[in-house]
Amino acid sequence: MLDRMDELAPLFGISLYETLVMVIVSLVIATIIGIPLGVLLVVTRPNHLYPNKWIFQLLNTIVNIIRSLPFIILMLAIIPFTELIVGTSIGIRGAIVPLIVYIAPYIARLVETAFLEVNYGIIEAYRGMGASRFQIVIRIMLREARPGILLCMTIALIGLIGATAMAGVIGAGGLGDLALRYGYQQWDLPVMFGTVIILIVLVQIIQSLGNYFAKKLKMSA
Amino acid sequence: MIELKNISKTFHDRKTKVDALKNINIEINEGEIFGIIGFSGAGKSTLLRIINLLEEPTSGEVSINGRNLLTLKERELRNVRKKIGIIFQQFHLLSSYNVFDNVAEILRMNGVSKQEINKKVKDLLLLVGLEDKANQYPANLSGGQKQRVGIARALAMDPDILLCDEATSALDPKTTDSILKLLLDINKKLGLTIVLITHEMDVIKKVCDRVAVMEKGEIVEQGTVLDIFSNPVQETTNHFVGNVYENMITEEMLSALRGDDPSYILRLAFRGDSALDPVLSEVASSYSVTSNIVHGSITYLKGTPLGILFVHLSGDADKLKQAISYLEEKVYRVEVIREISGKPKEVLV
Ligand SMILES: Nc1ncnc2c1ncn2[C@@H]1O[C@H](COP(=O)(O)OP(=O)(O)OP(=O)(O)O)[C@@H](O)[C@H]1O
Ligand SMILES: [Mg+2]
Repeated sequence: MLDRMDELAPLFGISLYETLVMVIVSLVIATIIGIPLGVLLVVTRPNHLYPNKWIFQLLNTIVNIIRSLPFIILMLAIIPFTELIVGTSIGIRGAIVPLIVYIAPYIARLVETAFLEVNYGIIEAYRGMGASRFQIVIRIMLREARPGILLCMTIALIGLIGATAMAGVIGAGGLGDLALRYGYQQWDLPVMFGTVIILIVLVQIIQSLGNYFAKKLKMSA
Repeated sequence: MIELKNISKTFHDRKTKVDALKNINIEINEGEIFGIIGFSGAGKSTLLRIINLLEEPTSGEVSINGRNLLTLKERELRNVRKKIGIIFQQFHLLSSYNVFDNVAEILRMNGVSKQEINKKVKDLLLLVGLEDKANQYPANLSGGQKQRVGIARALAMDPDILLCDEATSALDPKTTDSILKLLLDINKKLGLTIVLITHEMDVIKKVCDRVAVMEKGEIVEQGTVLDIFSNPVQETTNHFVGNVYENMITEEMLSALRGDDPSYILRLAFRGDSALDPVLSEVASSYSVTSNIVHGSITYLKGTPLGILFVHLSGDADKLKQAISYLEEKVYRVEVIREISGKPKEVLV
């Protein structure tokens, strides 16, 4: 494997870069969609700040439907939608749309859980002191749920890396694509193992960072 | 002044219907400490939460200083709520904020300037005795300290009313006393009206001016703490007051006390330090009746002693009646709790 270093290093480098681009772009956009969605899944519950049966049921159903589809199927199923949004269904751009659609509901569910862990008594305390419902969501609930949200972002990120690898199927590039082309189609074991090792290291780093910061947030808590 | 008129609250679960409050009427005066006592599930928390409309009544009227809160828009209601502090048994502090920020956050939400917040929070922490804990997080505080933070936070907006939901129930007796002292202190210093609910009569005794006794969603008795203690009427009240004479006056005692003449067991309540001895001996000599103290105790209500004596009085039937009306004049409260008939006369054949 070492003797092929010159040949493989740029290959791994580019693939890692492509993976990171896909992961980061889709994570950022999915977070922007997922956190408000998770908040809505909590506050529209009966007896919560903005009880609304219809919105809650609607969002809950959508999230459940998407969450029940494996990424590979979801990706293929929404090709027309992807083409509508970014004009193509292949390559990195074609992969980012399904990645967002896949991971945003996932983030929403995790954020929902983190939010539900905020003691309702705290919300009542601030409601009783005349805080507005919006202030409570933004300044109290989001803040109190921070360690939980950070941990769920970690989980989402790891899930996302898994999904990017599958996006290799539509020629999205990245580590998945590398493993598929060299590892699977040409049975190039060094490339296969290299990919595996990079993925393991990546996930380890993310998980450790996530745990570290969540702990730090909790310590100050 | 807080006025609750014909308040009822029914909770509907999927199948069951709970009448948590039934036609409650309460008036709470400005500057007083009003207690609500009752067993678990009596509806105390629900009632307290109705005062600031955290819970909406199914029917009835809630007004503060003559304003009916139920007619207010959300914005107006929020302004009213800013002047009503609330503290809880479980404190409900923000775990991710330190003590300073826990108190400061509600001020920030209301756009108070930084300097003002600094000054206000410092003053409040001084008031509750936590001036050296500003940078601590709630997780590192004792229960009593947490409640002090809760109190400081509740006072941040300079409220006129403070609602306390079992504020001392999670604390040990010594800490409870120190928190109660703090509540008395701020009631006096700031002229704050305090409504507190509890299941401990001790709390009522130590701080309240008036009290309502709740049972199964209803108020069964209300009045000044002195009245409730010197003359509890309802069974629940008697239970809370610890006035269970069935336990103190046994059948054996009654038969031992039975003499030739009819006699009475009276319950006398006397206030302050007014000595009872002279009165009893006076009665004994002027009406030629015999008096015996069967049981006695002293309770302190907001620091003022209230004595309760159970006295057995026997003698001539007419004289007894006179003696009792004399006592009724001289003693704060007199209640005949038992009449013991005389032994049947032996008939000689
Ligand atoms: N949100 C709710 N939904 C349904 N039932 C409720 C709700 N809140 C209270 N109840 C019921 O109303 C009754 C009164 O409850 P509440 O909490 O006011 O009692 P409490 O006197 O404060 O009791 P505790 O001393 O245990 O706190 C109880 O039977 C309770 O189960
Ligand atoms: Mg309660």
